[in-house]
Amino acid sequence: MVRFSGDSGDGMQLAGNIFTNVSAALGCRVSTFPDYPAEIRAPQGSLSGVSGFQVSVGKDVHTPGDACDVLVAMNPAALKQNIRFLRRGGTIIVDIDSFRPADLRKAEFATDDPFGELGIDDNCLLQVPVTQMTRDALADSGLDNKSMLKCRNIFALGLVCWLFDRPLDEAVAHLSSKFGRKPAILEANKRVLQAGFDYGHNVHASVPTYRIESENPRPGVYTDINGNTATAWGLIMASEKSGLPLFLGSYPITPATDILHELAKRKDLGVKAVQMEDEIAGVCSAIGASFAGNLAVTSTSGPGLALKSEAIGLAVMAELPLVVIDVQRGGPSTGLPTKTEQTDLMQALYGRNGECPLCVVAPATPTDCFDMAFQACRIAVEHMTPVILLSDAFIGNGASAWRVPDDNDYPAIHAPRVPEELKASGKWQPYSRDPETLVRYWAVPGTEGLAHRIGGLEKDCACGAISTDPANHARMVETRREKIDRIAADIPELEVLCDADADTLLVGWGGTYGHLHAAASELCAKGVPTAFAHFRYINPLPANTAEVLGRYKRVIVAELNSGMMADWLQCHFPGINIRRINKVQGQPFLVGELVDAVEKTVAE
Amino acid sequence: MHKMENQTYTASDYKNGQSVRWCPGCGDHAILNTLHKAMATLGVPPHRTAVISGIGCSSRLPYYMNTYGFHTIHGRAAAIATGFKIANPEMSVWQISGDGDGLAIGGNHFIHAVRRNIDINIVLFNNKIYGLTKGQYSPTSPRGFVSKSSPYGTVEDPFIPAELAFGARGNFFARSIDVELATSQEVLVAAARHKGTSVVEILQNCVIFNNGIHNAITDKEYRADRTIHLRHGEKMLFGAEGNRGLVQDGFLLKAVTLGEDGYTIDDVLVHDAHTPSNFLHQQLAMMDGTDLPLAVGVIRDVEAPTYNDTLDAQVADVRAHKGHASLRDMILAGSTWEVK
Repeated sequence: MVRFSGDSGDGMQLAGNIFTNVSAALGCRVSTFPDYPAEIRAPQGSLSGVSGFQVSVGKDVHTPGDACDVLVAMNPAALKQNIRFLRRGGTIIVDIDSFRPADLRKAEFATDDPFGELGIDDNCLLQVPVTQMTRDALADSGLDNKSMLKCRNIFALGLVCWLFDRPLDEAVAHLSSKFGRKPAILEANKRVLQAGFDYGHNVHASVPTYRIESENPRPGVYTDINGNTATAWGLIMASEKSGLPLFLGSYPITPATDILHELAKRKDLGVKAVQMEDEIAGVCSAIGASFAGNLAVTSTSGPGLALKSEAIGLAVMAELPLVVIDVQRGGPSTGLPTKTEQTDLMQALYGRNGECPLCVVAPATPTDCFDMAFQACRIAVEHMTPVILLSDAFIGNGASAWRVPDDNDYPAIHAPRVPEELKASGKWQPYSRDPETLVRYWAVPGTEGLAHRIGGLEKDCACGAISTDPANHARMVETRREKIDRIAADIPELEVLCDADADTLLVGWGGTYGHLHAAASELCAKGVPTAFAHFRYINPLPANTAEVLGRYKRVIVAELNSGMMADWLQCHFPGINIRRINKVQGQPFLVGELVDAVEKTVAE
Repeated sequence: MHKMENQTYTASDYKNGQSVRWCPGCGDHAILNTLHKAMATLGVPPHRTAVISGIGCSSRLPYYMNTYGFHTIHGRAAAIATGFKIANPEMSVWQISGDGDGLAIGGNHFIHAVRRNIDINIVLFNNKIYGLTKGQYSPTSPRGFVSKSSPYGTVEDPFIPAELAFGARGNFFARSIDVELATSQEVLVAAARHKGTSVVEILQNCVIFNNGIHNAITDKEYRADRTIHLRHGEKMLFGAEGNRGLVQDGFLLKAVTLGEDGYTIDDVLVHDAHTPSNFLHQQLAMMDGTDLPLAVGVIRDVEAPTYNDTLDAQVADVRAHKGHASLRDMILAGSTWEVK
């Protein structure tokens, strides 16, 4: 739901109407609610002169609803009048050029900080120089200033079209029919429309992709959270529960940058978030921090993960804890930076030289990002291994109400320090291991008596000195794999939801949980019994995976790639008959298309 | 202060039992020995010292130390050392690198470590060749250099490490030669005592693939005439007789002989390693032993805020003014609502 608001002369009705028509042309159901001022021409910039236009688009839209997700406010008065229509956590786009002191006075703001006065969180605010950029786009158009300014609404429309993935052709067609008789004006509006769209593209503007309202919430204190913030906070919780200082080494990349932003703010909790010179330096600084004894994390998206591969291999070899967050986007190469996909799964599992196993986990929802970031840290520290957390643009930007955890909701994390008796016996060596878990003990620099050298060369299975012995290498390869496999004993079993007794099991992983769960529920309601299992732990797989998959006549793996999880499961369990539902459009699933695809598969 | 800090250490306390695998006659042996001695002079306990390296012959060095050590991946030691120092600022951190590791594949990390002024000591072994991969030209090989990967000579200019360090706004640069043990020890100690990124270039001879590359400077016969040992506060004198000196010549430097052309000791410049301007430091560091003597010793040593100290101070400041006791407190201080 989008609400366009501005001065009554700003043309917000036109922008809203075109957006409505563009959305309707794409097959969305639409519902609109114009909100004109009472006065035909109230004083410009005043509260009584504000005009608004709200449009709801979506699958099952029957009303324009009460609260909008995006509010476009062309001046301070529009912001003040319309902020009440914005739902909690919604996005605000303002024309910051019309927030000068005089504009603020007209809108009766008491201070020079209108956003603070209205309690608007910076995270939700897009401050766009709409007026300036409109003028710049029309600099050589020959139009007078007044005519140029009349196009501001269309700049805002272009930006909103970017945010909601609306192609511009349809909007251009509507502009043509409106301004067909005034070629200069039409040309100007087309240019400005494109400029607004390009601005969104250039700054990688995005809005929360969706929001879940829980129906019967558990008592407690709640706040709004998106997936990337939840990830950052989960890391902090792990830092508190392990007693290890939190270090983030990162480099800006869409759609993961908000994790860096959030942790950079969290110096107030002692977090050290360092913006390094490149992706490789991001992970390398984290590896240095890990060797030094911190809880070390690097955050990125697919292209960055590719750059970090060699260094992640070093962390595997050195057996140091490291959390690598990949907020997946559309690929390959630069791909679709702001769009969502699950196409980095194979890269996470295999994308390193040599046999280089590590743990891979994936959060299911925005709030689950908190839990899985915590679990990634727990596993990394307690099992002395890199862990890749596969989030994605959809849940990273998705928002939800979230119950603030109590102090005892999460367990303590125990770093595997060198046991005192082992140290005292003089038998400790850098690659001494816990016999149960095969975890190497973590001797932290600064500790007297434990000085040691590690590195990326293959090393002797005990003392850690360089070794090229063939049998030793084979043993180390096996040990590194077995160490990861044994994590299966330390993660929850795979759960079956919906109709567990059905013949058909719908399987997913990571950020598609919401759509898949809704689809399975809808299928059950329609009389197509469907069980549903969702993986959050991918390597190792939960210990009961073979048993769960083996129970069903049909296993359908649905994912936003061409079948990576299906392949991963098929290679582990060749006897299971795995069917696939795949989508690689940079877009999330639609519940309807999942229901149709499952029905079709069942009917085969 | 840690109770161990006052203890006296000897060079052997920093040495471990591993047999050193460099080729006989390699310049690295001498550098390793002087590093052990420099660490003993500094007196930081071995367990409070970390030596971090990349890949290459020189990068094997951590294995021969009795400190904490990390032999990492090609080119990345500066980034790894940066994270290490930020995470554990109490440790004394050394980065060992070669000309290929530090200035080619690791060039980006090198300049950014220097720019940030993270408090680490970068020791750059410069033999102007790739040794471990058996003899390809490096980013410090001179134009026209013939090697296995440049059989007709290179067609590119080299980096001068000092120039790169100053271009990245470096505040400490020193130089030595592998065979000059006392000078190496002196500059390594000075590098460790400098707060911020210290870059020490040591001209090192690769006996196998680039034997004698520095001979024109290091040969005993004319070393005294082709090098100058700079010391802060002392006259810039050199030569076997100690009667040659550097004087200002317009904006440039000139080597003169005292008593000739009317030059006296009063004309000879006094070295000021602490002056913030790097104008003269750069000229001194660019002298290459042909017209002007190659400078060894501490060329630039200027105090400036370090990344790690500033970061720690910022964290302390933010915590003092708007710190929270826990994540939960931080969240509760923001916008929340209660469900009963």
